[in-house]
Amino acid sequence: MKIAITSTGNSLESQLDSHFGRCSYFVIYDTETRAVEFIPNPNKDRIEGAGPASVQLIASRGSQKVVSGEFGAKVKAIFDSLKMQLIVLPDPNKRIGEIIELLNHK
Amino acid sequence: MSRPKRIRKMNNPPHFKGFKPIGLPEENNPVIINYEEYEAIRLSDFELNGQVEAAQMMGISRPTYARIYESARRKVAQAFVQGKTIVFEGGKVYFDSEWFTCNSCGCWFNHTEKGEAIRHCTLCGSTKVEPYNQPAPSIIQDDFCICPNCGVKKIHLPHTSCNKEVCPECNHLMVRNGILEPTTKKSKNCN
Repeated sequence: MKIAITSTGNSLESQLDSHFGRCSYFVIYDTETRAVEFIPNPNKDRIEGAGPASVQLIASRGSQKVVSGEFGAKVKAIFDSLKMQLIVLPDPNKRIGEIIELLNHK
Repeated sequence: MSRPKRIRKMNNPPHFKGFKPIGLPEENNPVIINYEEYEAIRLSDFELNGQVEAAQMMGISRPTYARIYESARRKVAQAFVQGKTIVFEGGKVYFDSEWFTCNSCGCWFNHTEKGEAIRHCTLCGSTKVEPYNQPAPSIIQDDFCICPNCGVKKIHLPHTSCNKEVCPECNHLMVRNGILEPTTKKSKNCN
């Protein structure tokens, strides 16, 4: 299963980005192959509609869960209709590596 | 232009597309039941909620809920009596999901598949999960009958005028909560 995580940088040491639509990077983590892919967010500086555009981007990569600090009101309804699971982490100091470790616990 | 419809909140849509009568030829004039009507039947007749609670669950007013529910029942009756196909389609709805919180890693997550029960956290796999309950919005929260004489408040009952209610303390006639304060303020400004 692929899981998208919002990140502030492009390394495992960077922290979780607390804004879903305007995060710097998306991390696509595959729980089966344990592959990590960093995608720079092209919608970062959009004036409007950054959230829905970002949903489209990560949905096209086939991820089924999304980890972020916060989600906007427009985005939540789209995720619900796509049946993608949202995971809200209120702790912004978590590193991407730590989150991936947590995901491996299953 | 009429006022736009409020978007109705619902759980998962039905996982099939409709019903067909047995032993009748294919018919191309089906009864179309909206998702909101399906949800009304589910909440009232399957989960046996009262109309007030069901209306709160869908985020609409009680009269609107009653209208949707009645239309749903009429459509079901029409399909039963005339042997028509039922198709679930359309409606102004959005799909809401339940939220859970994990006491081990402190995250919140939602649950998209209602059929399966949640046993462990999706993020860290611990079993310390519990449903995250947001305070439910209440329609009748600030609806009070208030006594202008001694200030006693009483919960307003729908369809009974406040000015026919009698104060239990001083037997004075009561008024609606919102009405009392603006009128007193106005008279002060005039003086």
